[in-house]
Amino acid sequence: MSFDVEALRRQFPILDRTVHGKPLHYLDNSATSQIPNTVLDAVERHEIAHRANVLRGIHYLAEAATEAYENARKDVALFINAADSSEVVFTSGTTSAINLVAHSFGQGLKPGDEIVISMLEHHSNIVPWQLLRQRSGIVLKVIPATDDGRMDLDKLPDIVTEKCRMIAVTHVSNVTGADTDIHRIVEAARAVDAKVLIDGAQRVPHGPVDVQNLGVDFYTFSGHKMYAPNGIGVLWARRELLDDLPPFMGGGEMIRTVTMEDTIFAEPPHKFEAGTPPIAQAVGLAAATRWLSETDTPEAILHVAKLAERTLSGLAEIADGRIRIIGPQGTQSRLPVISFTVDGIHPHDVCQILDSYGVALRGGHHCAQPLMDFFDVTGTTRASLTFYNNQADVDALLEGLAAAIKKLT
Amino acid sequence: MNSNDMYQDEIVALAKSKTGAERLENPDATVTLDNPLCGDRVTLDVTVSGGKITAVGHRVRGCMLCEAASALVARDAIGTDTSAVSGGRDKLEALLKSGTLPSEDDAWSTVSAFGPVAEFKSRHECVLLPFEALGKAIEEAESKI
Ligand SMILES: Cc1ncc(COP(=O)(O)O)c(C=O)c1O
Repeated sequence: MSFDVEALRRQFPILDRTVHGKPLHYLDNSATSQIPNTVLDAVERHEIAHRANVLRGIHYLAEAATEAYENARKDVALFINAADSSEVVFTSGTTSAINLVAHSFGQGLKPGDEIVISMLEHHSNIVPWQLLRQRSGIVLKVIPATDDGRMDLDKLPDIVTEKCRMIAVTHVSNVTGADTDIHRIVEAARAVDAKVLIDGAQRVPHGPVDVQNLGVDFYTFSGHKMYAPNGIGVLWARRELLDDLPPFMGGGEMIRTVTMEDTIFAEPPHKFEAGTPPIAQAVGLAAATRWLSETDTPEAILHVAKLAERTLSGLAEIADGRIRIIGPQGTQSRLPVISFTVDGIHPHDVCQILDSYGVALRGGHHCAQPLMDFFDVTGTTRASLTFYNNQADVDALLEGLAAAIKKLT
Repeated sequence: MNSNDMYQDEIVALAKSKTGAERLENPDATVTLDNPLCGDRVTLDVTVSGGKITAVGHRVRGCMLCEAASALVARDAIGTDTSAVSGGRDKLEALLKSGTLPSEDDAWSTVSAFGPVAEFKSRHECVLLPFEALGKAIEEAESKI
């Protein structure tokens, strides 16, 4: 079956709009992806027909909203092949999911215990551990990067010691697009009985993952990067871990009994979902998982890989080698998140001029300042592609870039 | 206005001129300022004498707008009264925020070069940063006298 990108684009009304009088070429998918009609419809239908608070309500709408919310959990569990839907904790996004783990798992750690992260992390998988270090005196260790923007997993034996309690790393870098070999991470962690947390924010938009097959302990991702609404994300963890971890935030929805002396907590996942959760957003996320499970056919994946290849080779041809790819040079073990620098031109100037061509890119440090320091750059320009991008998007990027370089040189 | 038009010849020429883009050997004061939003960083050296600016040198790690504003600062500050610098910054801010053009024979009327940036709020700080660095550097230099 061939892949009809134009038919897919029709599911995303925003792709039809113009900016500055030019057709929109949306290449900032790693920051936030667009939403297909089916997801928008699911959210709207829920809000029109079933809007109410969840749990405890004894009226029709409250029960319908609770059912919708818990069904959303089941859809997400299916999407990541969780053993049970009680392993899916809804959060407001990847950042809050990682903070939850840093707090709850962190409570059981003592000074000198080690957490291993990598040079390729987004700030949201660095700062929560630094805060934990301040609270608990843990030691933070860092897997270095290779020159082509991958995690240097050959260094694992030097870094992961008997004191390691957790390896927390990204599945795919939001700067270089490099795809981490999770099995090697798991192997290193298991050898010292440490846990593994994977930041899947950049991996999940490209198709379902199988958390059981990956063999990890915690997996996190954000809805807004995977064709779902803002304000919803997921922490998946093995049920036995969730049973053992203390709650992070306290409040309504996460309790069984409260007296003025004490509180008995609810069972997971509700133990970790204090307060009214993002209900319609969860319904939207579930619709996005169904949409994505149908969309990520081998043909669609090939389509994106070809676009990435053309982007990489097009960049190499522009401006006599003034463009440096920050990340893997080829398409092997990488996703279509493509960062580059243009010698002598700042990423914000590149992005500003490309914007005038209708091309939406992102320039700057991408919340990964340690990685920028490693590459000795102030920032990069990033084009991030997904299923609905087409050849016209790549052409507009390359044409705009050539014009920007001419103008600013 | 199309963002392409923001990079008008005058701004591009200023940035390329690299005026003052070299650190001073014996500055009276040095100030480094960051723009946390975009990561631009300006390090600016100044020497002053008798209430006048005598030399400016800078190193910019930032975008073309920040480079252009630093070059303008270095070009137009020499020989001006130290007390006029904050007025220059205010003129630039008024131009960016409300499109008010400075009158031609004012000190620092040359900030009008940055008129095209007014429409792009996210870039205002890029051009203001070197002026803020100059103001701080002068304050420091004069506090030592
Ligand atoms: C790899 C990675 N991790 C974490 C995050 C943070 O996600 P959120 O802001 O949705 O919490 C991002 C977002 O840019 C990301 O790219």
